[in-house]
Amino acid sequence: MLISQNFRTAFRGLTANKLRSALTILGIVIGVAAVVALMAIGNGATSSITSSITSNGTNLISVSAARSRPNAGTPAQFSVVTYDDYTALKAGLSNVSGIAPAYQSSYDVKQDNQSLRVQVVGATDDYFTIHPSTTVELGRNLNASDNSALNRVAVIGSQTSSDLFQGLSPINKDIKINGVNFKVVGVLKQQDSSGFQNPNDTVIIPLETGYTKLFGANAIHDGKRILSSVTLSASSAEAVDKVMSQADTIMRRQHKLLPTDTADYNVSSQSQILSTLSTVTTTLTIFLGAIAGISLLVGGIGIMNIMLVSVTERTREIGLRKAVGARKDHILLQFLIETITLSVIGGVIGILLGAGIAATFTALGLITATVSASSVLMSFFFAVAIGVFFGLYPAFRAANLHPMEALRYE
Amino acid sequence: MIQIDQLTKVFTMGENEIRALDNVSFSIDKGEMLALMGPSGSGKSTLMSIVGCLDVPTSGSYVLDGSPVEHMTDTQLADVRNKKIGFVFQQFNLLARTSALENVLLPLGYTGLGGRASKEKALKALAMVGLQDRIDHHPSELSGGQQQRVAIARALVNDPAIVLADEPTGALDSKTGAEIIGLFQSLHQDFGQTVILVTHDPFIARHTDRIIRLADGKIVSDAPNPTPLKAGTPRPNGED
Repeated sequence: MLISQNFRTAFRGLTANKLRSALTILGIVIGVAAVVALMAIGNGATSSITSSITSNGTNLISVSAARSRPNAGTPAQFSVVTYDDYTALKAGLSNVSGIAPAYQSSYDVKQDNQSLRVQVVGATDDYFTIHPSTTVELGRNLNASDNSALNRVAVIGSQTSSDLFQGLSPINKDIKINGVNFKVVGVLKQQDSSGFQNPNDTVIIPLETGYTKLFGANAIHDGKRILSSVTLSASSAEAVDKVMSQADTIMRRQHKLLPTDTADYNVSSQSQILSTLSTVTTTLTIFLGAIAGISLLVGGIGIMNIMLVSVTERTREIGLRKAVGARKDHILLQFLIETITLSVIGGVIGILLGAGIAATFTALGLITATVSASSVLMSFFFAVAIGVFFGLYPAFRAANLHPMEALRYE
Repeated sequence: MIQIDQLTKVFTMGENEIRALDNVSFSIDKGEMLALMGPSGSGKSTLMSIVGCLDVPTSGSYVLDGSPVEHMTDTQLADVRNKKIGFVFQQFNLLARTSALENVLLPLGYTGLGGRASKEKALKALAMVGLQDRIDHHPSELSGGQQQRVAIARALVNDPAIVLADEPTGALDSKTGAEIIGLFQSLHQDFGQTVILVTHDPFIARHTDRIIRLADGKIVSDAPNPTPLKAGTPRPNGED
């Protein structure tokens, strides 16, 4: 029996009952489409998170305040990272290529009659060296003398610029932050969103100016100036762990913690965040794939169900084929080719549908879903394997029918 | 052509043993046309399925065209059915949605014969049954008699040693039935084809040269019929 003949027979068998074949295929189509689309969306999420974190540099370490709860049952205490902590870190750390303190809070920013609520960051010139993706497109950066002279100057994000100035050049124009006048000296280049906040909607001012003219009592705790975070840049990827432990030691001394106390601050590295996030997104992708895989399995059971019905319906045909000389393996192959044909058609339609769903997500701008060759191949072969696996039992049933009994079957 | 010696077939139904065939012996020569008769339960169908290599005997020997078949495996039996036996059934058993030509080609697919050679053989077989004009018709477009002719062409396509026809006229009206019997007679007379008609109908049986009667798994008579009826002879009154 030629294989091409088998395929012709299979097609004839399947087209004999088009609606039933279509419904059977649907299970596989949905399963494969779900695997392809969900894997694509999962991969897209992983790569977008990864790229936004690595764009800030992976050697960055952040020291920030944490809630601490010294004893169980007592209310959480709010501790702070102070400007003194920053000076101690700056003095005590080695293997560090940059250190940038920052205080941020949101304020109403006005220009003419435009008003916006924007995240205002008080920073030193180090902020720009430590965040290489934050660069000035128009005008200039903040510099050291802006801080020492308490200049009321600001660098604004591209989004803030277009919102406040509607395309006009903002350079040397005044804006009012919480009623205080600042002069715009620079506009930042547009950056990719990192997901948590829009980096293009921001105003950066000199930290010292902020303390004296803007932040007021909010930025003072127990008579000390406080910071939202201190960002460190390790001189190399290998130095990250060492710098983190040094920072930890200095912070413990600064906060006068006993060795048994839990830390009231966080020291975290970008690479740590990255690996945590990529573990989460990988798990999520596998999880999504597994759910989709279950629907593929259900589709396979649907195929088996239909093939069992088909074997019963075609008992006399099987008997006749055996009477005219079909061997067991001929019958086995005939039914197996039918299920494989079903699942291959379903697999191909499913891959196209899944890629279509992924493309729709990308087109809508929800997420850049990337259909990977591996997910396509995997789901295709999984679909074929399901066809073989769930086709084998009905095919064996057909092949093992007794020819005489099959011929007499009513 | 066929030598059957002390053939016995026992079916086990739970605790009961049923002797469907009990020590049956006979032989058939090449070119004979004979009828295998008996009421239902006589073992006629069991004998037919063993002769047709659809089943194997419990004991006894069966030599078909020089080769003993009683101990053959399933695969070997399939091969024997394919090359040496042509079946014709009461219900035609044609594949629906498949043309007459493709129905006739079916056994050749299992022979492993190439496309052109098998098509020639199939066209020749269809011409032998007078259906050369109907090769592209599907069974639903053919009359009962034409469908049975397609089935006969399918039985003949591999040039079998024997044609085994199980109640071939059972589903046809008497006129069409007579045509089918006539076709078997001409295959026998003009081409020397060995034909076994399995029937319960004595009138049909009388169209052959020899009648074997079975009852309760045994042969009760095996006699030549020196004056076979010509196809188309009216059925005598009272005979059913």
